[in-house]
Amino acid sequence: MDWNSIFVTTVKASIGLETVVYALAAIGLNVQFGYAGLLNFGQAAFLGVAAYGLAVTVATFQLPFWLGIVIGLAATVVLAFLLGIPTLRLRADYLAIVTIAAAEIVRLIFRAVKFKDVFGGSDGLQSFSGDFYAMNPYAPGSYGIGSITFTERTMWVLTVGWILVALSCALVYLLMKSPWGRVLKAIREDEDAVRSLGKNVFSYKMQALVLGGIIGCLGGFVFALGQASVQPDLYGTEFTFYAYTIVILGGAARVFSPVVGAAIFWVLLVFIGNTLAEAVGSGVIPSSIMTVSQAGSVRFMLVGLGLMLLLIFRPQGIFGDKREIALDAR
Amino acid sequence: MHADTTTAKKEAALAVFAGLETEPGVPKPDPILVIDKVVRRFGGLTAVDVDHVEIQRGSITALIGPNGAGKTTFFNQLTGFDTADAGSWTFNGKPMNGVPAHRVARQGMVRTFQLTKALSKLTVMENMRLGAQNQRGENFFRALIPGSWRGQEDEITERAEELLERFKLAAKRDDFAGSLSGGQRKLLEMARALMVGPELVMLDEPMAGVNPALTQSLLGHVKNLREEGMTVLFVEHDMDMVRDISDWVIVMAQGAVIAEGPPDTIMSDQRVIDAYLGAHHDAPMSVEEAEEQLHEAEAELEAEIEEKA
Repeated sequence: MDWNSIFVTTVKASIGLETVVYALAAIGLNVQFGYAGLLNFGQAAFLGVAAYGLAVTVATFQLPFWLGIVIGLAATVVLAFLLGIPTLRLRADYLAIVTIAAAEIVRLIFRAVKFKDVFGGSDGLQSFSGDFYAMNPYAPGSYGIGSITFTERTMWVLTVGWILVALSCALVYLLMKSPWGRVLKAIREDEDAVRSLGKNVFSYKMQALVLGGIIGCLGGFVFALGQASVQPDLYGTEFTFYAYTIVILGGAARVFSPVVGAAIFWVLLVFIGNTLAEAVGSGVIPSSIMTVSQAGSVRFMLVGLGLMLLLIFRPQGIFGDKREIALDAR
Repeated sequence: MHADTTTAKKEAALAVFAGLETEPGVPKPDPILVIDKVVRRFGGLTAVDVDHVEIQRGSITALIGPNGAGKTTFFNQLTGFDTADAGSWTFNGKPMNGVPAHRVARQGMVRTFQLTKALSKLTVMENMRLGAQNQRGENFFRALIPGSWRGQEDEITERAEELLERFKLAAKRDDFAGSLSGGQRKLLEMARALMVGPELVMLDEPMAGVNPALTQSLLGHVKNLREEGMTVLFVEHDMDMVRDISDWVIVMAQGAVIAEGPPDTIMSDQRVIDAYLGAHHDAPMSVEEAEEQLHEAEAELEAEIEEKA
């Protein structure tokens, strides 16, 4: 058992690319679901549309990097309006159904053979991140403490990513302290009551959907640039479900909970996955019980078990307020 | 204020109604709300079909009727929570049909709900602050600059504190609204509606689910609204309450307004009795009817005796 390598990969996972991407997706989702009560089950589509907006602009049409970012942002806003205008006037569950379907439609369009020239089919697109890495201030080499090191490319992506996470958290913090955030939380509780007090509920829900989408889309940019490629199947429904898991793990409607939730989620996943793989590899767990390829699935079972225990013993999540959960039971 | 003290406002309201006919749709001297031919159908069922009705400014008007009379549906039409199939109504002379609920509230026509809608996971104070109108900090971009809305927020908080004091909820200021009792939630909902600064307050069953100890205090608060110059329209089942606080009563049955009148005489109106008890209920027999029945019975008896003979 190589505990050192397990330790190193686990520590790296806590601040790694996946954590940043899922944290941004979850911060956006937290605005929509945690604060405004919108059941957006299509968060993956917001990240996908942003990532593809950037990749298609640069890789397919050879246009500048910053234009790609602008197009990615614009595509996210358009998607939010397309989803929101027909559904936000209806009951919450309709939004859930429509968004999950829309996210699948978006993914299937990206991987369609028909549009292979534009979106690259199931292989996706590469070679659009050159301009981004050209801006890298870190000199070539490895950075870190002891054996926990990152390459200069990873350092640059993580720096940008964590700055975006910090800015998003600051934005959410300011907004949720304000009367604007109060209206959002009130809509989550009872939208008819808010309507009877003279607030345009539809407009606020739309603002929440767009804001959550834009924060999520930043995650899409980071994901695409960090991997230097986009692939349609990365933006499937399980992405959205992980993001929901992270929000609930941290505790809904708390500013930092998506960030901590994302870190814990990936640490658990990587730690359990690597420990199992090491144990099977070194023969501690005999191959009659589990093979290396099975270890990958077993880690999800164990993480799932852990989450179930968390929800049983701490239903409000890590940062949640127990009194709020108690109110639901009344 | 809980006793039956007749105040100047109450006298003024009663003076207006004195001598008015008790026909449905009777014109009032100074109506704040005028409703014409409002119809709402759910499939084949006509839930509301109100021909004409006027609500007098500065009065407390009760809307009563048996279950299923369409009172709450009618409320929903007027406040924009449901779309009427036909009809028009004006508030302060402005047409209001088709106006969405939040604009109706902004015009000064604020409602509460039969099933209280306290925003459970917001504190009592946050519930109150939400009611205030034209808040700068409710705009997305200004919300990001706390300096732009702090001053206004302080003013709102001060006003909310006064109201909470009046409604005896000041001690609960920082508790979650979800932890209040049913009656306290009704109080909070009413106080929150007042934060909007309404001209017309529409209460949908304000007494439903309130324990008797709080009833008197709620009644007092409703009376107070009129003292402050507001108009109140409320739906209620509790006839004692209707008699106690209303200046005028409108009776609905099967979607239509069937009678109007002062609270102390309306319940003896034949149309109202028919609506509540059904038109073919067992009314006491008249002398003629009794005699006729007696003759019939005697005739039957005689017939029987003749048969035997």
